[in-house]
Amino acid sequence: MATEILDARAPGRVPVVERPDGPTGRGPLVHGDDGGGGPNFVFDPAQFGLWAFLGTVSMLFIGFTSAYIVRRTGIDWRPLPLPRLLWWNTAALLLSSAALEVARRRRAALDLRGLRLWLGATALLAGLFVAGQFQAWRVLRALGFFLSSNPHSSFFYMLSGVHLFHLGGGLVWFALVLFRLRGARYAPAAGGRTLSLFATYWHFLGLLWAYVLFLIFVF
Amino acid sequence: MAHTEAHAAEAHAHDHAPTAFIWKYVFSKDHKVIGIQYYVTAMLMALIAGLLAMLIRVQLAWPEVNWGIIGKLLPMGFQGGAGQPYVMNPEFYAMLFTMHGTIMVFFVLSTAPVSGFGNLLIPLQVGARDMAFPFLNGLSFWTFFCGCVTILTSFFVGAGAAAGGWTSYPPLSALRGAVPGSNTGQTFWIIAMVFFISSFTMGGLNFVTTIINLRTKGLSLLRMPLTLWSMFLVAILGLLAFPALTGASLMLLLDRHFGTSFFLPTGLVLNNAPMVGANGQFVHQGGSPLLWQHLFWFLGHPEVYILMLPALGFTSDILTTFCRKALFGYKAMVGAMVAISGLSFIVWGHHMFVSGMNPHLAMAFAVGTILIAVPSAVKVFNWLATLWQSRIQYKTPMLWGMGVVSLFISGGLSGVWLGQSAPDIQLHDTFFVVAHFHLIMAGAALFGVFGATAMWFPKMFGRLMNDTLGKWHFWFTFVTYYGTFFPMHYIGLAGHMRRIYDPYQYEFLKNLAPLNHFITISALILGASQIIFFVNFFWSAFKGEKATENPWNANGLEWTTSSPPPHGNWPGAIPEVHRWPYEYSNPSAPKDFVMQTDPPLAVESGH
Repeated sequence: MATEILDARAPGRVPVVERPDGPTGRGPLVHGDDGGGGPNFVFDPAQFGLWAFLGTVSMLFIGFTSAYIVRRTGIDWRPLPLPRLLWWNTAALLLSSAALEVARRRRAALDLRGLRLWLGATALLAGLFVAGQFQAWRVLRALGFFLSSNPHSSFFYMLSGVHLFHLGGGLVWFALVLFRLRGARYAPAAGGRTLSLFATYWHFLGLLWAYVLFLIFVF
Repeated sequence: MAHTEAHAAEAHAHDHAPTAFIWKYVFSKDHKVIGIQYYVTAMLMALIAGLLAMLIRVQLAWPEVNWGIIGKLLPMGFQGGAGQPYVMNPEFYAMLFTMHGTIMVFFVLSTAPVSGFGNLLIPLQVGARDMAFPFLNGLSFWTFFCGCVTILTSFFVGAGAAAGGWTSYPPLSALRGAVPGSNTGQTFWIIAMVFFISSFTMGGLNFVTTIINLRTKGLSLLRMPLTLWSMFLVAILGLLAFPALTGASLMLLLDRHFGTSFFLPTGLVLNNAPMVGANGQFVHQGGSPLLWQHLFWFLGHPEVYILMLPALGFTSDILTTFCRKALFGYKAMVGAMVAISGLSFIVWGHHMFVSGMNPHLAMAFAVGTILIAVPSAVKVFNWLATLWQSRIQYKTPMLWGMGVVSLFISGGLSGVWLGQSAPDIQLHDTFFVVAHFHLIMAGAALFGVFGATAMWFPKMFGRLMNDTLGKWHFWFTFVTYYGTFFPMHYIGLAGHMRRIYDPYQYEFLKNLAPLNHFITISALILGASQIIFFVNFFWSAFKGEKATENPWNANGLEWTTSSPPPHGNWPGAIPEVHRWPYEYSNPSAPKDFVMQTDPPLAVESGH
């Protein structure tokens, strides 16, 4: 049984259909409820598009991985020390993923206070990660390892930088999600889909960072 | 019934079309407008890249020619004046072929068929109101536009445009001081690539999502027209292959500007001076230029299929429509395209046979490459079988479609030579390669675009292109296209190098001058005959004969709505699909075509 709730952003104009266990669609146009044919999609388009995007980002890092493996055979390869700080950064990022997951559950339970609290925790831990990454670069710089010092340091700066770039995009998206969630005061269903999509991306970024760390310092 | 229609009309009214000019035609989110924007931009880029090709050809035929007024207009490329004849600079020649290749491959032949016709046709053929992410789609076009501006500007910055070939091999592309084009021009090349790849990625996400999720009721994957299949595969290829170039471009940028050594080996000597730092050691150490080649061609090979697959899809749709026969072997055609796409990821090494790779590895790449002949032959066979004993209607789109089949065969045959490492090592840096890829990749893609333009022009502008002008354009292009590129096989076999400013500095190439003159004259006529197309295009867009809903009596979903389709594509409900799009000349049907949306025939429902 689908419940229909009005979108808080445009009251009374576009109905949002939320099913307990399925995708949420916006408006009549993407849904084939106007008779005749119309789409009968298997997946939520946004979720599907996001996974396709994660696929293409994964290919980027697979490309970097093959370059890393090839370049590692060079005679000028000097191992880079692992700043301990990176473990704390990793923990912060993974915990922010966990906090986001709790926030998502709080929203589903219509607990607005919990939602706010855990989204705050997500943001705080994400901020710690970003600050920590910059600090890690400073630590390495103080030890005399620069971008061009040797291929290992080049790969570390480049891959952590590319990861941070994607994380920056994630933070912009996070801001948009928070903006959307304002409506939660009026319609608890609003913004739920956006939050789920963002969570998928954010968990991916956590895993991606863990992979980068593994590739550069463990592999 | 009436109630349903009223409900549908009311539901549709929610999605009002924008009225302000800027939102309707400039920053539009409507897939049809975006498709036309992409198409027109790409065709204007084609005009520029084509003019560059004309300069290349004249230089190859008459290296001593006095360029006169052209030299005066382009002072960065020519020296002379003050009584002296204008002569082209060798550095400028390198910029010409680099930019011709870059613009044609990325900004024309990837863009016009995929982004242009993909955006125009995908929602119409799947039965959707628009793409899955219309905003992303609009953003994608303007990102592409920034890429176009960047690549064109690069001629006018610093010492000129990139000159390292469209493949931008380091160290030439990685050392800023190597040649004039290695400086700012190369940086602009990288930036333009980043714009292009971002735009293509946004487009690709839209394509796969729309095709997987927004197909109308009844349109299963194996009922999709082959154009749609090609767009689907092309989008997947783009999403999986382009990241390799993104990563490589970033590494190249770091090598160029931040002193890293991903691609730069130890011991580089630049302009007779070893590249050593203050400590007496080489600045760049241990990098691998081959690494770039691997990453580049991991993109590069799927990329050439991104150019070609849409043309193969258009051709299948065009051929069936104008010979009024069902497509022969539909499932085999789909399978062949899937196989070609899959194989494209494991054959990139055949571009690198001369890099000194292990012969066993070369063998593996050669086997994979030759395997592609199998699905390609399946496609050709099925096209010929479709044409067999049909009553062909020789309309303009049909001529282009048959042109694609012709080029696909003649270009494919030389691919069998080049796909094997031993002949390739002999032929690699010669005009034989130029002949090969211009026939199969550039030619088939270009002919496919022209065919699709004539075919789907009604869905772009609501009018038909002039058939007479179209046929003149086709025959001039067809004859001069072969006239230009077929003799290149011979000069290639005779040893004419591929990227050479003045071939006649070598005694053994001097006797090729007459053939080079022939090629150049043919190329100039080829270039000039494109004027017919541009005249026809713009004249027909405004003054052409008004098109009906379905001017070709075709079957696809896009022919069930008006020409051009309204905002939202169908004024009422989206039609439901009951069959594949190739049901022509079914004897038990009342007409010689049964549209995808027609209710099931008596024979189909089994009564």
